[in-house]
Amino acid sequence: MKITISGGRVIDPVNQRDEVVDVFIDGDTIIGLGRTPAGFKPARVIDATGAIVCPGFTEVGARLREPGAEHKATIVSELEAAAASGFTTVCCMPDTNPVIDTPAVVELVNQRARGVRGARVRCIGALTQDLGGSVLAEMAALKDIGCVGVANAGHALRDSNVLKNALAYAATLDMTVFLDAEDPWLAAQGCMHEGAVSTRLGLPGIPAAAELIGLGRDLVLLEDSGARAHFRTLTCGRSIKYVNNARKTGLEVSASVGISHLVLTDEDITRFDGLFHVRPPLRTRRDRARLIRGLAEGQVEVLSAHHEPHDADAKAGPFGATAPGISTFDSFLPSMLQLVEAGHLDLMRAIDAAAVQPARVIGNASASLGVDALADICIFSPGELWTLSADTMMSSGKNTPLLGRSMKGRVLATLVGGRIVFERKA
Amino acid sequence: MAQDSIQLDSQGRLKHFLTTEHLPRSLLTAILDNAERFTVVGDRAVKKVPLLRGKTVVNLFFEPSTRTRTTFELAAKRLSADVMNLNIEASAAKKGESLADTLRTLEAMQTDMFVVRHHESGAPEFIARQVGPEVSVINAGDGRHAHPTQAMLDMFTIRRYKRDFTQLKVAIVGDVAHSRVARSEIHALKTLGVPEIRVVGPKTLLPRGIEALGVDVHHSLETGLAGVDVVMMLRLQQERMQSALLPSGHEYFHTFGLTPARLKRAKPDAIVMHPGPINRGVEIDSAVADGKQSVILQQVTHGIAVRMAVMSMAMGTAAQAS
Repeated sequence: MKITISGGRVIDPVNQRDEVVDVFIDGDTIIGLGRTPAGFKPARVIDATGAIVCPGFTEVGARLREPGAEHKATIVSELEAAAASGFTTVCCMPDTNPVIDTPAVVELVNQRARGVRGARVRCIGALTQDLGGSVLAEMAALKDIGCVGVANAGHALRDSNVLKNALAYAATLDMTVFLDAEDPWLAAQGCMHEGAVSTRLGLPGIPAAAELIGLGRDLVLLEDSGARAHFRTLTCGRSIKYVNNARKTGLEVSASVGISHLVLTDEDITRFDGLFHVRPPLRTRRDRARLIRGLAEGQVEVLSAHHEPHDADAKAGPFGATAPGISTFDSFLPSMLQLVEAGHLDLMRAIDAAAVQPARVIGNASASLGVDALADICIFSPGELWTLSADTMMSSGKNTPLLGRSMKGRVLATLVGGRIVFERKA
Repeated sequence: MAQDSIQLDSQGRLKHFLTTEHLPRSLLTAILDNAERFTVVGDRAVKKVPLLRGKTVVNLFFEPSTRTRTTFELAAKRLSADVMNLNIEASAAKKGESLADTLRTLEAMQTDMFVVRHHESGAPEFIARQVGPEVSVINAGDGRHAHPTQAMLDMFTIRRYKRDFTQLKVAIVGDVAHSRVARSEIHALKTLGVPEIRVVGPKTLLPRGIEALGVDVHHSLETGLAGVDVVMMLRLQQERMQSALLPSGHEYFHTFGLTPARLKRAKPDAIVMHPGPINRGVEIDSAVADGKQSVILQQVTHGIAVRMAVMSMAMGTAAQAS
């Protein structure tokens, strides 16, 4: 289909473009910007006046809950929610049931996603069989079927020798390894950041040292293996220095921060409200400030949703007994814009962190709005005000502490490969 | 702070008793004054008052307890309430029933008050937010968070012996990290105006950021006890005596055990308290536990009166101010 997106402010970090210009799409490709290409007769014109047109966002590690926990969410529900939130590609973590450790499960995920009017899904395969941490998964087969990388998905690899070999094997296959930096012993009993707040509430803490030691070990082993790695959702300010130093010594590492960790801190946990329970935990104001600066300066490349939908029962209990995770797709864009409005980072860099860098991490060289680029596009109104509620949320998981809060900024339309997969009804 | 209004109703009266934190001094004092009136009930031939007649109190214990449950049961019975003891640890939770479902079932039995002990910090607050507007929740100890009735009976005991809170130096000694009693004591002592509160223990047993609660941190009994009016010992759980936190009960006694010699550092008229059950020869020497400065047994007696006070206030049948 031929589509014109007219009158929008195009922000394209790859081409450093920020101007009001029309975008022309034919099939799955952007064929021109500015002047209408000769003989171009659009079947659809999307009026983007007053809106921002940017490359669609990519999520480097969401939980879609299917297969295995369809009472929380499904591939269809979450890919639709993702599209309504500006995402065009979502990477699915392998800790499903069954685990994504064979091509058959990848096929199943792809099958479910087929024909969905939503974001496209890419699988991250398991690093070890059944995420058990002892036997390597068939990574070559996972790569052949299209996995964008491998991960042990929150199941800490206790045995450093297994990790060492897993990294070496992944390096052999030129696969990206997605790592959760966490020392399992220091984190074992905890459910929130260890500090003055956890002490006051009497909740067992996860010290910053858990992340730093996990990160330190992983970086040493990466140096050894030469594997390419992405650290998911760093939460400690000091972690940024570790990653920076590793980059300077030539390691191929990238990192992400979670949107929740940039808008909330441990001080928000005041009433044992399980909706604030997330792993890795919300840290201090100081950590948050350092993470935001790291994101603004590009020391952390990727802004991730770290989307983890849950059913209501999973959050119905005292804080420590609830399942960790926050449903973030629906509030992702407004939260990101909140950081921009506060002057912490400019809009160009924010879009770069949400769209361009994560695409790079999963091997899509360019998420741009240049001519000949794949038409993965998000169109959003930066000023629209709305309230986040169970009714306005698209995700099946209504588990977010931001429920009831006023949101500024809303996605109007999303195109995946030139196809309009989401359009907000006026 | 908004989150704390749950303990008080719109008129500022006690509705739930979940923590000693953020409650006004007048209310804590009212608990102590009411308890004072109830102490005489135990001395009568007929140990009953009709304040909770017709009310149903459910002791909801998700964690084993004999002492606390018994004193709550006695307190409720002396107030003429009907009491039901539910040891959930051994029943529903084991069958995989969720806390929310257990509650719905019990509420359907038209309970007026839940006395809750739970291993998760915040569980009583969660329950208080779930139950209907007529139901009160009393925290009988949650995780490491709070044990407010224990703290109030300790305050009651201190007031009996020391009168004026605003002139006191108090030392809390031992495993503060895992102690809900210590946290509730600290908040209550602060609110009642105690100017100097110390926590004393090895670094493995004092939690990070404890200073933020307004206490001074000491790592030796010698400095920690110097000149104090009140020594509040904490129980050291058996499983922590020989662990990554401490090498042995023996070494703990050697370094942090309260002996007659160490107690000499405190003021000559200092009182020694312990929430029980005590580990003789671990945190406290028998000579101190049974000595003339010990008020440990008095604490137990006061526990019933304080719990009667809290229960009748939460049910709206006792004065909310002095």
